[in-house]
Amino acid sequence: MLKKFILLFICSLAFPIPGTSQETGESGKEKCLACHSKQDYTFNNPYTSQTEKRLMNPYYILDTASISSGVHHKFNCTDCHSPDYETWPHNGELKLEPINTCLDCHGGDDTYAKYHFEEVDAEFQQSVHFTATGEHFGCYKCHNPHYYRPMARDSKVMTESISYDNNMCLSCHSNKDRFGLLSEKGLFDVMDRHEFLPNQTAHFTNVRCIECHTKVNDSLMVAHNILPKDKAVKLCVECHSSNSILMASLYRHQAKERRNELGFVNASILNESYVIGANRNIFLNILSLVIFGMAIMGIIIHTALRKVKQKK
Amino acid sequence: MYLYPIWIRIWHIINALLFLILIITGLSMQYSNPDFTIIRFDVAVSSHNISGILLFFNYGIIIIGNLFTPNGKFYRLKWKKTKGQIADQFRYYTYGIFKGEKTPFPVTEKRKFNPLQKITYIMVIYLFMPLIFITGWALLFPELIFIKRIFGTSGIHFTDLVHIISGFFLSLFMVIHIYLCTIPKPPGSSFKAMLTGWHQHEE
Repeated sequence: MLKKFILLFICSLAFPIPGTSQETGESGKEKCLACHSKQDYTFNNPYTSQTEKRLMNPYYILDTASISSGVHHKFNCTDCHSPDYETWPHNGELKLEPINTCLDCHGGDDTYAKYHFEEVDAEFQQSVHFTATGEHFGCYKCHNPHYYRPMARDSKVMTESISYDNNMCLSCHSNKDRFGLLSEKGLFDVMDRHEFLPNQTAHFTNVRCIECHTKVNDSLMVAHNILPKDKAVKLCVECHSSNSILMASLYRHQAKERRNELGFVNASILNESYVIGANRNIFLNILSLVIFGMAIMGIIIHTALRKVKQKK
Repeated sequence: MYLYPIWIRIWHIINALLFLILIITGLSMQYSNPDFTIIRFDVAVSSHNISGILLFFNYGIIIIGNLFTPNGKFYRLKWKKTKGQIADQFRYYTYGIFKGEKTPFPVTEKRKFNPLQKITYIMVIYLFMPLIFITGWALLFPELIFIKRIFGTSGIHFTDLVHIISGFFLSLFMVIHIYLCTIPKPPGSSFKAMLTGWHQHEE
């Protein structure tokens, strides 16, 4: 009996929900967020019979603004988490329950067919994340389901989408604690490792990590086959050319049908970015050829006429 | 007559070599293609950057030289007076030369350049070179480009357009410049003068 009481007490510290939310008539998500969006919580300590205020574990604090802008904002917490969480204090063993994966909801459903979830999963299973860490690596490691936003499709500002995407990678690759959860190897310094890139800042703010670190798949909006580091793109011209791979990845959404036709020509496609060798203006190209051609022709004719004059 | 002092000749030769490297590497970057590589992209970028910086310092020589030596006077003109002379020189190149006419503005110690040559050099040195240097430095440090949006495009893209357009006109200038140097007689005398400093009178 005492053991059970102690267990219940520990659980109440780990998952506290004060009774006040029930009293105010809040329900569903709001009830959970009443505690899980705050820095502290209050609970009744059965040992001292006093109400105590303590700091919330930071990993259990959610950002309500990010939740509201996420794709799952209409969900209740218990749509994915166990309904038993509605009871407070929470049972500590609930933490050990497996959480639904993306495919549990999105797989095999025609509503989501256009997002190719199964193909994403198949790609992911070929990726170095999966092959190196196996089942420990799931969608949630990169895509936080509380806040997830389909930026590659929805964002109107390219740099916003790039930063959002790169932060996914950096959340582990620049955080030794999170990185250490999945890998025994020490965390490398991202900046040092990419020292070969000229204008490093320009690269990091204008392209996503996955541009070089995935294999482009024409049927997916965002490639998920993260390649081992030795297979990453290192040839500058892969991007810096009129047939830039960026057109098939980063700018795919904006420039679906223009890849081979105009390259990076049209400023309406790429009015935020600039890639040496790829930003060719077809009209300027033609104009420059015409002017240069005329100059050369002029020189040839001039030379010929001079020769004719000399012979006379 | 001795027209080209040693500092001008050295400046000119360095200019010519750097121009060549910059044109070749610039074209290689602009038309980079994975299937057909003229110069490896990263090599082209580094060579272009280094040559551009060297050209910038070399440009300083002519600017200082023009400010503090008599050479500066060859780069000044009075538009009202020169306007007609430019037309005369143009007429000579496009018509008179084929009729066996003498050049209307022969080289003297006081007139190193003909009027058309002078206006072209002034445009090159005081307009296109500054433009290409400003945009070149900006592209070297793109984070310093403070105009983020201009004419419906990004500041950096616009900077690049100004850079390559200036580069195009400078390349065009170089081609025509070399061709026009083949005109004075005896053949090759202009090229020889740029090495020795001595200008040979036309026959």
